[in-house]
Amino acid sequence: MHIIVCIKQTPATANIQIDSKTGTLKREGMAAAINPFDEYGIEEAVRIKEKLPGSTISVVTMGPPQAEDALRDAISRGCDDAFHVTDRAFAGADTWATSYTLQMAIKKIAEVKNRPFDLIICGKQTNDGDTGHVGPGIAAWLNIPNAAYVGHVEEVKEGSITVRRMMEDGYDVLELPTPALISVIKEINEPRLPSLKGKLAAKKAVIPKWDAAAINADKAKIGLSGSPTIVAKSFNPPPRKGGERVEGATPEEKAKRLVARLKELKVI
Amino acid sequence: MDYELTEEQQAIVETARDIAQKKIKKVREHYDKTEEFPWEIVEELRKADLFGVYIPQEYGGLGGGAMELVLLVEELSKACGGIALCMAATALGAYPILLYGNEEQKKKYLPDIASGKRLAAFTITEPEAGSDATAAKATAKLEGNQYVLNGTKCFCSNGKAAEIYSLFFSTNPARGARGVSCFIVEKGTPGFEFGRKEEKMGIRANWTYQLEFNNCKVPKASLLGGEGRGLLIAQTTFDVSRPGVAAQALGIATGAMEEAFAYARVRRQFGQPVISFQAMQHKLAQMAMEIEAARALLYCVTRAIQKGGEDKRYTKESAMVKCFCSDVAMRVTTEAVQMCGGIGYMHDFPLEKFMRDAKITQIYEGTNEIQRNEIAMHMIKEAARAGTGKK
Repeated sequence: MHIIVCIKQTPATANIQIDSKTGTLKREGMAAAINPFDEYGIEEAVRIKEKLPGSTISVVTMGPPQAEDALRDAISRGCDDAFHVTDRAFAGADTWATSYTLQMAIKKIAEVKNRPFDLIICGKQTNDGDTGHVGPGIAAWLNIPNAAYVGHVEEVKEGSITVRRMMEDGYDVLELPTPALISVIKEINEPRLPSLKGKLAAKKAVIPKWDAAAINADKAKIGLSGSPTIVAKSFNPPPRKGGERVEGATPEEKAKRLVARLKELKVI
Repeated sequence: MDYELTEEQQAIVETARDIAQKKIKKVREHYDKTEEFPWEIVEELRKADLFGVYIPQEYGGLGGGAMELVLLVEELSKACGGIALCMAATALGAYPILLYGNEEQKKKYLPDIASGKRLAAFTITEPEAGSDATAAKATAKLEGNQYVLNGTKCFCSNGKAAEIYSLFFSTNPARGARGVSCFIVEKGTPGFEFGRKEEKMGIRANWTYQLEFNNCKVPKASLLGGEGRGLLIAQTTFDVSRPGVAAQALGIATGAMEEAFAYARVRRQFGQPVISFQAMQHKLAQMAMEIEAARALLYCVTRAIQKGGEDKRYTKESAMVKCFCSDVAMRVTTEAVQMCGGIGYMHDFPLEKFMRDAKITQIYEGTNEIQRNEIAMHMIKEAARAGTGKK
């Protein structure tokens, strides 16, 4: 099985700051790492490879030159080959242009490895953009089935993959014919730490860099100019105010006061 | 300090640091309290391919040597010297095979040790033979194609957890020290039982067992390096393994300093962080100096050992390294507890554990008094040799 994992290098923190003037994410001086949700994607790919001998894992990212660090990290965690899609022309891409670019790269990976892809794995979203669009977007461009919010892979075999898609009221069990795309949530696994052999392979890996021409991308569909999204305004949400404590000597008294307060607020 | 580590050595340090900081730190208190064996960490070390860093590639290792092991043990010990011992004690058990095993013995045991599939252990100590290892009473008697082992060995680190044991028995008690031989004994051999489990002051995340041998029959092929070679094997093993103890001590010292420093930066008294007081700053500076001096000596000697090859002996230098680093560890951990005051003395803060763990490094693989004896004895011998040359 040929598995392709899409990753992004993002700030290594959950506390993302937005520049209020430009509406873009503040990146300067932030330590970067693999988007945490993508780590689960890499781990799941490695687990599938361990179950199905003969499998190969390709990892791809679109990003600036320093994003190569994230690709090497992915190799140290068990990916076989890494591909870096990088070009100034890609800068400022929204989720539509990003998913277009990544699917063009995916086609190119299948071509250079001379092996069609069977499964694409993405994290459910990034910890900076937070949209969750890119995975399903790639599937749409490639016209293949996809399942988002995958919390468990039940079975992988030649020709199909069966997964659990987590829903608010439980989960759906879906069998997807391959090639297919899944985007995964953190409940799916616990990522392993890089192994020594992985670290050494990562240090030695030769990672091809592809620009827009290398992946035959249509110039009109990439980067800021190829992005239909218009960001009207972005801002940090106001911090949540502290709640209200309902005091009382006994649980019964607290319950009575709570009900009274809720009625007063016209909640019930 | 930049010690000009190779790319592989850097990768070992990075891999070990991840495990130490992300996996070991959060469980060290648990294993110290319960004295359980840290199998979950053994599994992490296995998955990360770290058990074979000092074993040649032809036996499934990475192909490094003493320096790679030192870097690994130091990094793990920064989080917990007790948990790191599962690795260091395995190396101590593996070294006799590595140094004196024949091809068959190496092929039989080293790949499993390198993959972490089986842990190893070593002990020469007996209830009546501690620093005086020549007083050992346990015997091995050749009967046909087998040796029959009898006696008691004690203070075996990795005891019961390990499956491969390098152990010393006398094949000829009449010859004293020259009658001692080294054997590889596998766990589960009939007549090989585990006696009492020791309760220890520190390194409580490692099992220390007494080993009982009662007409335990092992094949003739378990003898390492020939009859009567035991003491030489033990001494040469210690030459290369003592830097491992030194690395454990150095890791413990570094970990303790980092914890104490972090605390002193946030702890406020008299309206300011306590690290702003000169008394604290001088303690910190002293710790950092001693640690760096110890590290420089350790890396320098370990590299010389690795470069020197098998026929060159470094007994004096390896004794210096073990003695110096462990004395530094004891001083630094004691001062680290002091820097944190009452909190440093409490179980729920890691400093007192670092201090308890440091103590063993001054004792095992030869007490520091024995190390000083060795150092002085070698100096006297060298001087005598130089003197004779002049006449």
